[in-house]
Order: sequence, then C-alpha cells, then structure tokens
Amino acid sequence: MAKRIGIEVSLAVSEAVKLADVDVIAAYPITPQTHIVEHLSELVADGELDAEFIPVESEHSAMSTCCGSAAAGARTFTATSSQGLALMLEICYIAPALRLPIVMAVANRSLSAPISIWNDHSDLMASRDTGWIQTVAENGQEAFDLILHAFRVAEDHRVLLPVIVNMDGFTLTHVIEPIEILSQEEVARYLPPYSARMRLDTAKPVTMGPVGVPEVYTEAKKAQDEALKAARPVILEAWEEFGKHFGRYYKPVETYCTEGAETLLITMGSIGETAMSAVDAMRSQGKKVGLVRLRLWRPFPFTEFLEAVKGVKYLAVVDRALGLNGAGGPLATEIKAALYDEEERPYIWNYVAGLAGRDVTVENFVEMADGVEAAAADNLKSDYTIINVRE
Amino acid sequence: MSSATEQLKKFKTFSPKKLPLEEPLAPGHRACQGCGEVLALRQVMKALGNEVIVVSATGCMEIISSAYPQSAWRVPWLHVAFENAAAVASGVESAYKVMVRKGKIPKKKVTFLAIAGDGGTADIGLQSLSGALERGHDFIYVCLDNEAYMNTGIQRSSSTPYGAMTTTSPPGKKSIGQHTWKKNMAAIAAAHDIPYVATASPAYYVDLMNKVKKASLIEGPAYLHIFSPCPTGWRCAPHDSIQTARLVVQTRIFPLYEVIEGRWKLSRKISKPKPVSKYLKLQQRFRHLTEKDIAFIQARVDKEYEELLARCGLQEGKEVPGKIGT
Amino acid sequence: MVSWKELELGCTIVEPGSSSKLKTGDWRSQRPVTDYEKCVKCGMCYIFCPDMVYKPNKMGFFQADYYYCKGCGICARECPAEAITMVEEKV
Repeated sequence: MAKRIGIEVSLAVSEAVKLADVDVIAAYPITPQTHIVEHLSELVADGELDAEFIPVESEHSAMSTCCGSAAAGARTFTATSSQGLALMLEICYIAPALRLPIVMAVANRSLSAPISIWNDHSDLMASRDTGWIQTVAENGQEAFDLILHAFRVAEDHRVLLPVIVNMDGFTLTHVIEPIEILSQEEVARYLPPYSARMRLDTAKPVTMGPVGVPEVYTEAKKAQDEALKAARPVILEAWEEFGKHFGRYYKPVETYCTEGAETLLITMGSIGETAMSAVDAMRSQGKKVGLVRLRLWRPFPFTEFLEAVKGVKYLAVVDRALGLNGAGGPLATEIKAALYDEEERPYIWNYVAGLAGRDVTVENFVEMADGVEAAAADNLKSDYTIINVRE
Repeated sequence: MSSATEQLKKFKTFSPKKLPLEEPLAPGHRACQGCGEVLALRQVMKALGNEVIVVSATGCMEIISSAYPQSAWRVPWLHVAFENAAAVASGVESAYKVMVRKGKIPKKKVTFLAIAGDGGTADIGLQSLSGALERGHDFIYVCLDNEAYMNTGIQRSSSTPYGAMTTTSPPGKKSIGQHTWKKNMAAIAAAHDIPYVATASPAYYVDLMNKVKKASLIEGPAYLHIFSPCPTGWRCAPHDSIQTARLVVQTRIFPLYEVIEGRWKLSRKISKPKPVSKYLKLQQRFRHLTEKDIAFIQARVDKEYEELLARCGLQEGKEVPGKIGT
Repeated sequence: MVSWKELELGCTIVEPGSSSKLKTGDWRSQRPVTDYEKCVKCGMCYIFCPDMVYKPNKMGFFQADYYYCKGCGICARECPAEAITMVEEKV
C-alpha cells in the first residue's frame, strides 16, 4: 500500500527511481540536483536498489554513459541541472536520435553568466528542441508521479524516446512536502519491466549510430520527428492509466478558473501554485481571470492548449527565462506561433519573471493580469516586460 | 579479484602460422589504400574474435566502417560522438554487469572495446578516458594513433610528432611545423595505475594481437596505444605502411612495451637502432626538416629511450621502480 | 535507399558486415599477382592486408580476392620471397 509521508522532493524523486528498479545511474553532482543522486547512491550502497551507480567525471560523460547503458538494454536514469545540462547538450541530441529511452530529472536552474545556482527555466529552454519528451512538475507529488510516468512512456515500444522530467530547483527540489510514496507492488502493476526492442548483443549484432549519408539523413530525421509526434497518445494513455491505478489524473494542459475568464495567466512549473492563489484573490474581487498551466512541454500540446485558451481576450504569458533574441521569453514565442492560425487570437503580453530564484509573488501575478488588459486598452504593440527589474 | 599476473596464466600466445581466420571487421570498408589504421584495427578484431561489443569514437574508423546502409561490423557496434568512447563503453559495460547480476540476460564472457583515434584520445577524449580508467571499468581502450586529425583533413593533434607538417602546423619562415613534442599517452594511461597498458605496431602483428588478448584476459581497464600509419596524411607511399610501422620501432621512436600492474616491461629491445632519419625520410610530412632538426629529434629519441629503459629496470643493470613518479 | 517508414529504429544497420557487398576493387589501378612458384606460404600478404583480400586455400597458398583489393601494394612490398608483383590494371 502507498504511504503518505513528509519527504524532501529530491528524495521522493530518488524513491520513484528506486521503485522503477532502475539498472544504471550515471550522474555528476551539480546544485540543485545533488540530493537526488546522493540519495540514489545511498540506496545503492545500502543494497536497497540493485543498480550500477556510476559517478562519472562530467555531465557530458553522464549522458554518454547513459547512452551506452540504454543501448545495452538497461533501464537508465540520470539527473542534472543548468550548466550540467548545457554541457551534456551535445549528447542530448544523440540519445533520442538513437531512440534510447533514458529518463532524466532536471532540477531547473539559471544558466551562467553571471553564475547563479537559483531556479529558473533557462536550462529547460536550452534543451527544448533536443528531441526529448519533456514534462514539467508543479509540486512534489507530481515530481514523484512523473518519474514513473516517464519510464513507462520512454520504454513503450511505440515511443522509445528519452524523457526529461523538469522540476524547479530549490523551490521544488529542496522543500519537504507530504507525498504519497507508492509501494513496489503498485509500481510493478503500472510499470512493466523494460525489454529493449534492439540492443547491443553478440548473438544479434547491430550497428548503432552509423554515418548518416545525405541519402538517408533526411529520412532519419523525419522518422525521429514522427516518433516524437506519435508519442503524444502514449503520453496521454500513460497518464490515464496512472489515474486509474492511483487516482491522480494528469493532463498535458491544466486549467484553473478558466470558465468565463477574459484574461488567462500561462505558467509552467511550481509558480503555478502561487498563480492559483493570485487567481483566487482576483476572482474574489470579481476579475475574470483564470490560469493555464503547461505540464507537457515536448511534444508541445497544441490541441489542448488551443482548447484551453479558446475565446479569451488576453493572455499574460509568464516566462521563467529570457530568450535573448530581442523578443522576450521562449514560452511566449512558442505560444504566439501556436496561435498564428487561429482566426480569433487573444492579445498577448509576455512577462519574464522569477529569473534565478527571484520571487514571483501573488502581487506580481495581479500586476501581470492587470497589465495585459491595460496594454491592450492602450493599443500597445504586443511586447514583453521583465517583472521586478530595477531601473 | 586475482592479480593481472594470475589472470595472464590463461594466456596463450598467437602463432603466426595459426592465426584466427575470422574477420569481425568485414571487407568492403572505405579506408584509404594502404591504411595502417584499419589494418591495426583488423588485427585487434582478429585477436578478440566475435564475443566483443565495440564502441567507436567519431573518426576515420567510424566513417569508413559505418556509412549507411553498409556496415563493416560483424559484432555489435555503437557510435555516439567524438570525445566520449570511454564514457559510452563505461555505460555498456556497467549495463551488462548489472543485467547479468539481476538475471536479465544470460552470463557469458563478453569483451568491451572502445576505439578512438589520437585526437579522440589525447585531445578531446582525454577527460572521459581518464574518468573511465579511474573508475576501473572492465574494458579495453584502443587508441589508433595516426598522429593527426586525418578525418577532417590532416590537422595537428597533441599526438602529432615534433617537426611534422600538418594543415594546422605548416612549416614556414617562422615555424618548423609541429613545434611541440608528441604527448605520451601510454604513460598518461599508466599513471592511472590500471592493470594493463601496452604499445603496439601492426608491423609486429603477433605482438599486437598478443597484447590485445592479454588486455581482454585481465580484469579492469586496459589501454593499448597502437601506431597507425596514414599514407594520406603522412604523404608516403601506401605500400610503405608496414615499413613505416616497422621503422618507427627499429629507430626507437615508438618503442614497444607493456606496463602490467605498474611494472614496465620492454617487449622488444632495440640494441642496434636505425637512425631516425631513415624513418623520417619515408614521409613527406618531414621533408622540410634540416639535418640540424633531425639531429635534435635523434637526441630527444635517444634520451626518451634511456628513460624508458630506466623505467623497465634495464639501465646499467640497476633495478629502477617502474611507476612514474616513484 | 529506403523510405523513412522503413528505416530501422534509430537508423540502425541490422545486417552484420553488409559492407562486404561494396566492391572496393574498383579503386585499384594496379593489381598484385602472386607467383606461386616463389610463394613460401608465410602469410605476410594475408596478415598485412588492410582490406582482407587474401585467404588461404586448401594447399596453404594465399589467394587474392580482387573484389576488395584496392591495389595499395603492401603485399608486394612485404612479401619476403618477392613472389608478388604489382601489374597495371587493364581498363
């Protein structure tokens, strides 16, 4: 039976990995990911988890080692953050292209410079088009649940792609929350043992990662792109099954108080909970404000997103990263692209907020919801604002 | 774990008359005419047989053996990137270890082999190699050293010898060409205190194959540094590849030795060395060198050979501790 | 070449040693010819060939498979009995 306990979210993530009976973990320490791999190394050291824990000499080698492990047919996990993710990016492109179902937890953190260990989504945005399936956790229970979901999706023979579970560094990874930890039997019913469709085996030799001559490279990338799109129904099915087993239902896009809303806040990650409090406060004052939270980031849930924002007048898109392209944040850019073909498009203002651990408060969300309406009223050309920046 | 010496008791030397017939590396590969690197690789694979999983770094051997849809590999093979063959092999080896332990796959003796060129080893791959050697994975790492980045068009690496012309170390009015001495990769590997390190040349094929076999018998990491002539990059005749691979040993430029558990052992003592000029003159990459330059190289080669003899405890009958730094 | 739908997972090549279909013998401008009167069956041509051209026959002589021979000439250079000569390839 599941047990509800007070536990640090990082440790709950490790417990989920243990319950998945992972075979190989290769990881390199980086704040704020460290508690996840520290706890995993303890579980291995104590014999509670029978796995190879490989303390590699860099994140680049962590992802490389994971590729080798997954190609050999082992259930494989790693975790990283920020600069670590940036260092492994080269290999992050290769893992999905080779169709290796690695699961990675990313404790989201800002990118240097200036160096900062605190939370935002700069790293998440840097890895967004590497070909991984990506989910974003909002609280500790989700972080735990999404890890199990990630293994189930990644290893499904209809998918065979790696999955990143994003979780905000410190603000999520380092807090103690009441989390329901599932039992081994329960997890076993949800997550079947991994059986590789193709692996390095002397009984059946294969050549993995050959040279993609011009005659085949386009076809290889097309096949990969189609695989990512084809993963979508499996992702939804795995969430549906999770709900049936454990009573917690997840959707790619979550809505809160969107009924009759004229303005919607769009968030990703743990600030969604503060945003809900802000929506409650605004609703109590009669403001028609709601909230949309993205849980599935890759492949982008176009259908569900468009459904969620249908008919609203204003979107305040909250980015936890600056795009450094002169156009604000990456999330807003993506959402604008998603809405391009819609006949009735909401007015969008982009807010870049909460960079490197700076608080995003209830008042900030109120300011954003009011701000987008005011900007529309003033007929301002859609643009972006960095919240709380000192002039 | 029994010691390497203990494990080597099972070792049987290859006989030149009875070499294994199997070719785990198939013909039809796209290596240049007279390629000494693919020949060295062929000998490595013959020595290992078919129960081997190969991880290849990006490089000449990767592109000539795996251009889709044709593969020269008759054994399982994986290429991920340039600088990480040792890390990828770490993952394969660890996965096998744990899957056998958990009863997920049957237990059988499989050798894990990582291959890379000198750039993928001594430059961009040095960190991942060092990490894998330090962690003690049970695998063989083979550096096929052709002394420059040949795949990208003959650029210098840290393994390019002093005086050599490459496209990024061109000789000119103010330069001799490569102006640094070749990085001693085998000694760097040995400094990791791994059970087995050896140098080899395809001209001495029985020695090479024996060393590969020993590396596979010994538990833990093994590092082999194999001299791999490149007629294209060295500007020498394709038919001279073996001559070059032989002369480099006979001139003492590339001595053959083993380091077994820290004990240095010369494989072949060159008592009457040929002058280095004999080796250098075969290759146009050295043709701009003056007599003075050649004398400088000769002096350095002599000095290094003396140091190697000392490490092997062969100098003036003195027993010298084998490990570097002791 | 195959369509994207027919590609194996991750563009993997599943036929071991499929390069052996490739006729690298087309690269050759000279071919090695062995004089079996001189041949001492030492196998130097076999073990020094980068292209796996030579194979021993029942008599113990090493025969060249010109399908793969790129004509590098190592065999001729290394033959201790000087039994192999390189001759111009006819077009």
